[in-house]
Amino acid sequence: MLKGHQSWIFENRPSILSTGTVGGPFEAKGKIPEAFDILHEDMWINQDSWEKAQQKMLEEAIQTTLKKGRIEKENVEFLIAGDLINQMTPTSFAASTSSIPFLGTFSACATSMESLALAASIINAKGANYILCAASSHNAATEKQFRYPTEYGGQKPPTSQWTVTGAGCALVAQNGNGPSITSATIGKVTDMGMTDPFNMGGAMAIAAADTIEAHFRDMQIDPSYYDLIITGDLGHVGREVSLDLLHDRNIPIDADKYVDCGIAIYREDQPVLAGGSGAACSAIVTYGHFLQEVMKGNLKRILVAATGSLHSTLSIQQKDPIPCIAHAVSIEARGEHI
Amino acid sequence: MGDKKKQKLQPNQQRYQAFQQKREIKRPIFKNCIKAFLIGGLICLIGQLISTFYIYQFNFTEKTAGNPTVATLIFITMLLTGFGIYDRIAQFAGAGSAVPVTGFGNAVISSAIEYRSEGFILGVGSNMLKLAGPVIVYGVFSAFIVAIIKTILTQWGGF
Amino acid sequence: MIFFWAFVVGGLICVIGQIMFDVFKLSPAHTLSILVIAGAVLDGVGLYEPLIDFAGAGATVPITSFGNSLVHGAMQEAEKHGLIGVVTGMFEVTSAGISAAIIFGVIGAIIFRPKG
Repeated sequence: MLKGHQSWIFENRPSILSTGTVGGPFEAKGKIPEAFDILHEDMWINQDSWEKAQQKMLEEAIQTTLKKGRIEKENVEFLIAGDLINQMTPTSFAASTSSIPFLGTFSACATSMESLALAASIINAKGANYILCAASSHNAATEKQFRYPTEYGGQKPPTSQWTVTGAGCALVAQNGNGPSITSATIGKVTDMGMTDPFNMGGAMAIAAADTIEAHFRDMQIDPSYYDLIITGDLGHVGREVSLDLLHDRNIPIDADKYVDCGIAIYREDQPVLAGGSGAACSAIVTYGHFLQEVMKGNLKRILVAATGSLHSTLSIQQKDPIPCIAHAVSIEARGEHI
Repeated sequence: MGDKKKQKLQPNQQRYQAFQQKREIKRPIFKNCIKAFLIGGLICLIGQLISTFYIYQFNFTEKTAGNPTVATLIFITMLLTGFGIYDRIAQFAGAGSAVPVTGFGNAVISSAIEYRSEGFILGVGSNMLKLAGPVIVYGVFSAFIVAIIKTILTQWGGF
Repeated sequence: MIFFWAFVVGGLICVIGQIMFDVFKLSPAHTLSILVIAGAVLDGVGLYEPLIDFAGAGATVPITSFGNSLVHGAMQEAEKHGLIGVVTGMFEVTSAGISAAIIFGVIGAIIFRPKG
């Protein structure tokens, strides 16, 4: 149900029944290898293009989720998913092999939470029994499309981020024993005139702060309600900027309770500069890591605000600023909600 | 240019950019320049060694040794690019590996290798000069202007 | 001694490139294009040849030499054939860099796969 200006409360408590996460070799060496159901040793995953490799990972994530949830794909009403590659063909091909009715979503790296919020909303309104939502990205495919050929020697500044190779998927159901999705806040697109595509964290920080602020205002709660507030892929620069922005706006978030998926996924000694990014980043870290913590009982309530920068190579070349967005979804352990 | 760009920004955008800039991780300019100097110098030194080798072994002159030297450097670049080493050197060296002809070679070869998955004509052929194209285009055009001016001055100006 | 100056001059040209990257926030394509134009202009005013005599590969290996040799090729032909030579002689001296890059690019595409 609508609450405030831009938030939904899901009073029927849609539940996350199961999840599936897939990663590449670089992620395997990261901080949270245990978050992945499948880890590949090869960036190509036996395919003949980066884009097909991404499609393959998404298919595997979907299959794993179905297997873990013990649900046949025929019983799943909808697949809601998206990615960053040209008109998101990897997702469309994966949707075609899974042959589940498909809704494509695009919010760049915030696609994961846009999909989850929409799935929860449809389930809450009894528009479906089971919905799969997923996001995927591939480091080399993204480099090729948005930056330079992977073997090109371009020096990246310390503000740039490393696109995650992987896919994350979650199965949302009417009921079940998994954590419940209790509310969601849909973000507005922000434009602060930032034009540097090598500093997306700095551009997206305001979107994260806006959405998190809107969530607390709409829900009439304060940050202490959550055990952890998780941002999508702000990296070191964006995390600091957004935290300071929130403090400036008198939203007292404890720095220890404000974490970022882009920082959580890799070790500090990996050459990722400001941190991880990519559509798969928030999907994998949320579904594979933080959700497991909720299920283990280590966390009771979390708010995930995935962030995305919505530029294209064309808009950057035409000197347009980078539009950014963030969507927040609140996930709570069973029986924890008010 | 920077000021002109800033004037078009709304006050809240300007405030945000200043806020953001304070927290941005700064580029280590001095350190980057030292690294660029060392690696760039090293590549030129290797070029000088190759060219000296051609002069003494194959009777090239100082002037004519330039071409085989460039070709040899680009051949080495192909191997380094193909084995995935050049981009690692470049993250360390910055302009030190981008400004020498090896950087030009790397731009062409990395594009050629990357777009292999789109086929040899539309992939490799069309995209090979995607990054290096501007260098050729503006090299040729500026050389045209310079040479025209020089020719007119020497032939008709009586210099 | 030529080895020393090759190192120093080559290194310094790269430092100029690095400053264009980091201080002026130019992309590699912008930086290299400007350096090539600078090389052409320097040769136009007769400064690049002395630099090559002084620093050897320190001046011929950086991309600036590309602008220099384009002007050289154009001027050689212009002396023989007048203004039309400016157009026809352009690649006379420079072909090595471009043809080597294209040839090794195609060979590279045949034998290598990007590592990612």
